Amino acid sequence: MASTREEQAEAQVMAGMQDSAEVHPIAAEEATAQANMTGENGDGADEAFQPATRANYRDLGLNGDQLLEMYYYMLLARSLDERQWLLNRQGKIAFVISCQGQEAAQVGLAYALEKGKDFVCPYYRDLGFMVTLGQTAKDVMLSVWGRAENTDSGGKQMPGHFGHRKLNVPTGSSPIGTQNVHAAGVALAFKLRGIDGVVTTQIGEGGTSQGDWHEAMNFASTMKLPMIMMVENNKYAISEPQDRQMAIKNVADRAPGYGMPGVIVDGNDVLDVYRAAVEAVRRARAGEGPTLIEAKVTRYTPHSSDDDDRRYRDRAEVEEVKNNRDAIAIFRKLLTDEGILTSELDEKIRTGIRAQVDEATEYAMSAPDPAPSDLYRHVYADQSERTFDSQLSFEWSGSK
Amino acid sequence: MAIKLLIEAVRETMLSLMEQDERVIVLGEDVGKLGGVLRTTDGLWKRFGDSRVIDSPLAESSIVGAAVGASMNGLLPIAEIQFSDFIFPAFNAIVSEAARIRYRSNNDWACPIVIRAPYGGGIHGALYHSQSPEAFFAHVPGLKVVATASPKDLKGLLRSALYDPDPVLIFEHKKAYRLIKEEVPDDDYTIPLGKAEVKRAGDSLSIITYGLMTYHALAAAEKLAQDEINVEVLDLRSLRPLDVEAILATAQKTGRVLVVHEDNLTGGIGGEVSALIAQYAFSYLDAPIMRLAGPDVPAMGFNHVFEEEFLVSPERIERAARKLAEY
Repeated sequence: MASTREEQAEAQVMAGMQDSAEVHPIAAEEATAQANMTGENGDGADEAFQPATRANYRDLGLNGDQLLEMYYYMLLARSLDERQWLLNRQGKIAFVISCQGQEAAQVGLAYALEKGKDFVCPYYRDLGFMVTLGQTAKDVMLSVWGRAENTDSGGKQMPGHFGHRKLNVPTGSSPIGTQNVHAAGVALAFKLRGIDGVVTTQIGEGGTSQGDWHEAMNFASTMKLPMIMMVENNKYAISEPQDRQMAIKNVADRAPGYGMPGVIVDGNDVLDVYRAAVEAVRRARAGEGPTLIEAKVTRYTPHSSDDDDRRYRDRAEVEEVKNNRDAIAIFRKLLTDEGILTSELDEKIRTGIRAQVDEATEYAMSAPDPAPSDLYRHVYADQSERTFDSQLSFEWSGSK
Repeated sequence: MAIKLLIEAVRETMLSLMEQDERVIVLGEDVGKLGGVLRTTDGLWKRFGDSRVIDSPLAESSIVGAAVGASMNGLLPIAEIQFSDFIFPAFNAIVSEAARIRYRSNNDWACPIVIRAPYGGGIHGALYHSQSPEAFFAHVPGLKVVATASPKDLKGLLRSALYDPDPVLIFEHKKAYRLIKEEVPDDDYTIPLGKAEVKRAGDSLSIITYGLMTYHALAAAEKLAQDEINVEVLDLRSLRPLDVEAILATAQKTGRVLVVHEDNLTGGIGGEVSALIAQYAFSYLDAPIMRLAGPDVPAMGFNHVFEEEFLVSPERIERAARKLAEY
């Protein structure tokens, strides 16, 4: 759980940001607009939000502390994400790829897993998964600058390319769908080793056009493997709307064709996702095979910091969801209505997260880069690649 | 010590590896009850059953991709691609994924898989059952690549590959399965990856090659010896990493180098071998480096005329070697 921290850290970070000569005036303006959207800087009026959830948390066996924990992870993911946009628009970091609008889908499924046993093969938007599994704010911010200490890749990969052995998250890449077939293999290993572990793997609805997605679905169901395929359907694959990816309304409609159940959940309702996740996990552990969960979500941001979504969609689509059906606001209202969350506690949680993100940002901003020589490391277990210097010789100096 | 065919060495080594280590699984098309379309896995399913000898869906990307995933969850998979011509749907799984698991995770994860694939022509396999795709993979940092036709070498290399902490591709020459037999030691020996072997010593010129071409080169060398052209035949065995020391040693010893492969000429392994010699053994050379390789056409056609015209034969090697010796 978050704890309150000194406000000093935030002040230092903000002062540091203002020192940057690289900030373009328009970029700074956009950054402010971005920061005002949600999360760290307030979510707008809760009263406007529609009634919360189709699932009753008591029926799900969740207690108040667990609900608050889920709320915390959603907020932490959103805050880390928003901070990245701020830093990007200030010219301090090169690239952002977002989880915003998809946090409930991610936290709802991740929360149903057994940490330390189950595996997750995520895709690039799954920051909510990662923080729920235990990736720290500091580690996330280290990835944003590609710093040497970052656990995902030590600066080798762009942000959003998650991987963490201690958290059972196999390393991911940029080609779409490859993580899905890895997950099928992870599940195969669970089954053959007689371990009742589960693997979840995620992808966007655009990714379901990939052969690897279909191959993974078929492989897992043919062999009745303990895999959960979650499609975070945010309706856009960069610019292409869903109808350019499939001639059906729901990805879940594909599930029967693979011989597995397909469940549609409201990705803005963390408890609806959790309810489906618990059943999918139960099925997987019981040897009943894979489940497809389609979470209907909204991508709040452009595809990435290099995209301009005004070229292909009406921002009103996004604003409508943000203002009326935001997952964090819905959940806050539920928790408040149930007397689990008071405004004081909410403020305390938010302050704690803000301090944590500040501290992580400050740390990562000045954390060491990898050394040039790190480029040559870990190609193989034994170090055998040659450097530039070794190429500039007419004498062979050995393979090492 | 017993005389064995290449296919026997493949089967028996896998059987022995699976008996000794329950983490080993074999995964591929028709590897189970049928024992493989070329019978490379014959007997394994009967001995180990469905759970460890797995008939996969007919989809190469998921064969390799699932092997990658299984290796990250405690297994040692041997994935079989039925014909190396069909490896390309798994190219992404191999090149973008398997090869980079260690690198991109900064050594957090590893991918200790073996991918076996029969390659090469001479069996009327036409455009899509005859190719030699090894150079595509030998180009890729993070992979180790073996190509062999030798029963003795296959046994030691497969054992090394299985316990190598990184992904290894083994290309087995499919015509050699039932053509090449030699003495294979009984014990569980290993042959290190990245080590070539001089299969015949000589001082007139060097033939650097691998796979079935090694045996064609040895046949050519027999003929050439009658005319006192003493050929040294270096079998690379591993195409990545290359045994640069062995390549330079033979080039320095004879001063004349012919590089031979069945794969087509341009962009093949021969170019890399030639460049290494040109840079690091330039002053030892008495003649230009010569390459003899498959022609730059897509692949060998079905009609026997096309197959014969495409393939590098012992006679063609002999002719090339004579020309080089006379330079």
